[in-house]
Amino acid sequence: MKYADEFRDGGRAAALIAEIGRLLAQGAAARRRPVRIMEVCGGHTHAIFRYGIEGMLPDALELIHGPGCPVCVLPIGIVDDCVALAERPGVILATFGDAMRVPGSAKSLLQAKADGADVRMVYSPLDALALAHRNPEREIVFFAIGFETTMPATALTIRRAAAERIGNFSVFCNHITIVPAIKAVLDSPDMRLDGFLGPGHVAMVVGAAPFHFVAEYYRRPLVIAGFEPLDILQSIWMVVKQIAEGRCQVENQYARTVPERGNAAALRAVTDVYELREFFEWRGLGSIDHSGVRIRERYAAFDAARKFALPHARIADPRSCQCGEVLKGVIKPWQCKVFGSACTPDHPQGALMVSSEGACAAYYQYAGLRRSQAGAA
Amino acid sequence: MRTRGRLNAATVTLAHGAGGKAMRDLIDDVFVGAFDNPVLAPLEDQARFDLAALAAQGDRLAFTTDACVVDPLFFPGGDIGTLAVNGTINDLAVGGALPLYLSCAVTIEEGLLVDILRRVAASMAETARAAGVVIATGDTKVVPKGACDKLFVTTAGIGVIRAGIDLGADRAQPGDAVLVNGRLGDHGAAILAARGDLALRAPIASDCAPLHRLVAALLEAAPGTRSLRDATRGGAATVLNEIALASGVAIELDEAAVPLSEAVRGFCEILGLDPLYIANEGKFVAVVPADECAAALAALRRDPLGRDAAIIGEVVAGQPGRVTLRTGFGGRRIVDMLVGEQLPRIC
Repeated sequence: MKYADEFRDGGRAAALIAEIGRLLAQGAAARRRPVRIMEVCGGHTHAIFRYGIEGMLPDALELIHGPGCPVCVLPIGIVDDCVALAERPGVILATFGDAMRVPGSAKSLLQAKADGADVRMVYSPLDALALAHRNPEREIVFFAIGFETTMPATALTIRRAAAERIGNFSVFCNHITIVPAIKAVLDSPDMRLDGFLGPGHVAMVVGAAPFHFVAEYYRRPLVIAGFEPLDILQSIWMVVKQIAEGRCQVENQYARTVPERGNAAALRAVTDVYELREFFEWRGLGSIDHSGVRIRERYAAFDAARKFALPHARIADPRSCQCGEVLKGVIKPWQCKVFGSACTPDHPQGALMVSSEGACAAYYQYAGLRRSQAGAA
Repeated sequence: MRTRGRLNAATVTLAHGAGGKAMRDLIDDVFVGAFDNPVLAPLEDQARFDLAALAAQGDRLAFTTDACVVDPLFFPGGDIGTLAVNGTINDLAVGGALPLYLSCAVTIEEGLLVDILRRVAASMAETARAAGVVIATGDTKVVPKGACDKLFVTTAGIGVIRAGIDLGADRAQPGDAVLVNGRLGDHGAAILAARGDLALRAPIASDCAPLHRLVAALLEAAPGTRSLRDATRGGAATVLNEIALASGVAIELDEAAVPLSEAVRGFCEILGLDPLYIANEGKFVAVVPADECAAALAALRRDPLGRDAAIIGEVVAGQPGRVTLRTGFGGRRIVDMLVGEQLPRIC
């Protein structure tokens, strides 16, 4: 496959891994523990497991799988709101596929669908708007989640709905923004990270500048990384090289996609449609200041949260779950009290077990734990 | 012989399921006319077979059933009729059976165009004829709007297994080779694309095909073949997990050896799907002893339905039930059973 196979070359991978090993060996004696690098983005986590990258790396390097999986950080209360929306008579709830399995306090969207709610899987908010055109007698609610990567598409869809004066379309906006989450991880007292792979697709929209604080204030190297396996290895090599040379900089490995200043048109749409919330609740990480956006007053007609009364209940994460500690790299997934016992991909307690981008689901498969034959229904 | 009823209606109504003349006209005109064969012709409540004739072909009877609920009813490479007939043939074939007779029960949603029913019946008849099997008995039901989605087809089939053939998912042994008879994922990708929800146009046709002749060629060339499963729902990955679990062995796959068309690779790449989990309707996974592997591969490749056959991995001692994949990149990952449906990732 053109433009993909070039980034999956096993020979180049071996050379990069040898070079990473050589750089790590230089400082190993002084460090006496593995170098810990967090990949912030769930897309990176997925690629790392899909290509088996973790097992190829030297033991002197640990990857910590960060909070950048939008499905993983969805709090239970928001899933409940969404189920309530889906169960309103006349509503078609349109959602990205992997949000469907996230457990709410009573049920997931998949269960709500089985109980009769009209839940449709879409690939783009524009698909949801098309549903509104095709079903004028129904109210189409788009469940908008994701970081800056998906934010502009939702914003442009809302603008199009406004321009076309569509009356039966609204957005349940739960977009979040990654920089405050990185800050929260860095401010955590038990933070143990030596460097970061920066989220390439978010940076494609916002540019590199918003990440400079990581190097300037927190003195950690950050490399904005692409998503092919060689991108990831090269980015790890760039972080390790900075550590070996005692540098802390923001570097851009994904320059073929990420312009220094981001995408001006996308940013204009984002600023036009959304405003920052004072705080937003993250599953596992708790409330983080200025980490979410809501729809501005001028687009209120397209805001499902204004259009419909929602329960808005704040529901605490299950007490047994240690998603937050996993997200911050304090513990490994398998060190969580319920990993593989009460929490499995069949019956996820924590959201990290739900999405294929979630660290726990990935480790569960990697560790090859199987549900007992007796328990398999 | 009584005169066959004729159906003049354009759509199916509940009257066509009520047991009276309208129903007889529908069955006569649409199904009996298409399936036309001496076993079905008497229209008794059951088909009747001569036991001695069956026993002459083997020493065990194989019996299977299949419910087809595909949406859309017609898709590139096939339709619900070809799917029902070939699916049942393949369920028999991968047990080493020679497929002989099928039943066909249709559940029709009222309002379905009679023309659609005719097209499906014609394609079932044509598929069965080409495969050398007889549709020997059937049933029709009409249900109110909303009680089913347009048309469901349920087929059952019987076949005869020749003495000496003994295939089982529990028979794989370390050292055996794992083969597939061609490119994976075509059917599932074709259906997803044909649904039209994805705003993706992909030149992918279903691989829907009857595999019994190919299986016969395989068993002729590699009589020691241990396990054979058709890789339908859940794809090759699911079948491999079933074999590894049942046999108490591990299986190692080589990603670079898995045959995929460029179109399916690209389709899966864009949607974040794994082709190993995508359904096939004309592909099996075979576990063959190492010393018969070359003969098996050659026999498969001689048949158009096995032209792209490949050895995709081997059975190893390892942790029982574990399937791993050596990625083309040089890493390794576990290929587990899916918990539910593959849900596309968002970013």
